[in-house]
Amino acid sequence: MNALEKLRQSIRRDQVFDIVNKQDYSEIDTSHGLILYVEDVSVSFDGFKAINDLNFYIEVGELRCMIGPNGAGKTTMMDIITGKTRPDKGSVWFGQNINLLKMTEPEIAQAGVGRKFQKPTVFEHHDIFENLEMAMAGDKRVWPTYRAKLSSEQHDRIMSVMDTIGLSANARQRAGALSHGQKQWLEIGMLLMQNPRLLLVDEPVAGMTHQEMDKTGELLTSLAGEHSVVVVEHDMDFVRSIANKVSVLHQGSILAEGTMDEVQNNQKVIEVYLGE
Amino acid sequence: MLKLLKGDRGGQILMLLLLIAAIVVPVLNLLVPEGNPLHISTFTVTLLGKYLAYALLALSVDLVWGYMGILSLGHGAFFALGGYAMGMYLMLQIGDRGVYGNPELPDFMVFLNWKELPWFWHGFDNFWFAMIMVALVPGLLAFIFGALAFRSRVTGVYLSIITQAMTYALLLAFFRNEMGFGGNNGLTDFKDILGFSLQADSTRIVLFLASVLALALGYLACRSIVTSRLGKVAVAIRDAEDRVRFIGYRVDRVKLAIFTFSAVLAGIAGALYVPQVGIINPGEFAPLRSIELVIWVAIGGRTTLYGAVLGAFLVNYSKTYLTGAFPEIWLFALGALFVLVTLYLPKGIVGLLKKDKEEVA
Repeated sequence: MNALEKLRQSIRRDQVFDIVNKQDYSEIDTSHGLILYVEDVSVSFDGFKAINDLNFYIEVGELRCMIGPNGAGKTTMMDIITGKTRPDKGSVWFGQNINLLKMTEPEIAQAGVGRKFQKPTVFEHHDIFENLEMAMAGDKRVWPTYRAKLSSEQHDRIMSVMDTIGLSANARQRAGALSHGQKQWLEIGMLLMQNPRLLLVDEPVAGMTHQEMDKTGELLTSLAGEHSVVVVEHDMDFVRSIANKVSVLHQGSILAEGTMDEVQNNQKVIEVYLGE
Repeated sequence: MLKLLKGDRGGQILMLLLLIAAIVVPVLNLLVPEGNPLHISTFTVTLLGKYLAYALLALSVDLVWGYMGILSLGHGAFFALGGYAMGMYLMLQIGDRGVYGNPELPDFMVFLNWKELPWFWHGFDNFWFAMIMVALVPGLLAFIFGALAFRSRVTGVYLSIITQAMTYALLLAFFRNEMGFGGNNGLTDFKDILGFSLQADSTRIVLFLASVLALALGYLACRSIVTSRLGKVAVAIRDAEDRVRFIGYRVDRVKLAIFTFSAVLAGIAGALYVPQVGIINPGEFAPLRSIELVIWVAIGGRTTLYGAVLGAFLVNYSKTYLTGAFPEIWLFALGALFVLVTLYLPKGIVGLLKKDKEEVA
């Protein structure tokens, strides 16, 4: 296109500039049944390829487990989806219409991708109720946040999430005083408050007792269906107990995909996990 | 308004004390004759007014430091800028009563052989214009500074250092005569405000009352922020900034808004300080001044708001007393106070008084 043509294009009166025509994050288009498209994504840190031509898709309402040895790129993958790390190449789409690579972390969160970190991070000086209140979906710009009043529906919503995560007995307890397992649940609760379409959960049962693990498993399976859930986990027993579909990540790309049994009998997976 | 103070015992006491002071001090100064033991001298009234201005400044620091984790070591700059805006108005009120008797130009400009008022002095002869500048100039500086710093995610000690650098740069700039703010000597020799003589007892009382009012309103404004959801988000930013981003808040915007508001408060404090003290000079920009006011907040007890007020009064009262009685030991006393508080009272004096309640601390 020559310069004149370019100029003509930019002053066409039936069009507006990109900055005026903001991407609409409210309506995600999942008419093809897929909620997350990760295609040909690569990223390297100082020459080390953390993610290498990664491809996978998540269906609406699916519960997917991602396993893989240390350094396989599980956390980096989550960083890319949530906007913390920018890939060198590839594309990440949320539904068919939302390009996550063009968005900032808060925008991605607002669009409906919730993330739970490996290390539980809750706001320790706030009580459980306040933690959930802050996470609640809504207008999060400065002035509306300053003027925000809790409506009774919102109050009920917080209460019901507190029920779901089993912490309704201690609504006014400081989050810093919770046990490790309770913090993990609170963080899942905070995710739920954001009404996300897609939940990314990083090692939810690390450091949990068996009872806590079972409860977390129940919680996550009950969330699938209404939400799409991606769980990254090391604990094979836990993965077996909740997953119907498992992806194995190795050296930054997908090595195998299928049910737990298929994956465990896959020759390549056995090599990676057990050595030759 | 009363709802804001619900559950805030320290705030209730502070408001009560301010109310009492607003009634008792003018009565004892104006109606009780001199010589009567109950008489409060105008000197004391002015001193109290100065402490009130400092308290408002301490409040603004507590808002960003205690509640948002931004340790600003440059808040003195916002205070000084508010003070200079007020000083410029007062300078232009002198008229031909200056030493050189020039009706157009302040003395220092005549001395520098300037022929006309620099452009940025225009408008400052109008009180309301000057009052707008008192809020606007520090606010604008904080906005620009904050927009750059918070967008680039500068935090912690690095942010403290650049706030320090900012106030130091301003110190050097204001020292220069060419800047047009009176250089080394600053602005002084004020005569009157809105036509009332600054030396008159009644003017002093009005300034005192204005300071009481400003502190009370400032306190309520800060309180309305920290009790709102925005205040909770600010504390969350202090504790786990990344997490706040992932639940969908624009951390940089929240910081920018509260930081700018805090700078405006500091500017107003400066504007109240200058007519009562009678001088503003570049010394107010000194990094040491900004560090000192952080110490007030630490000593009083941060993240309580009223602790900052208490700290400002306590430290400045001791300063007045010690610099009068034992001038050599003041700095040692301040240093010792800070060390003791850091070691034994991490929550400040307020933490000592308050039982371990579950509060956002």
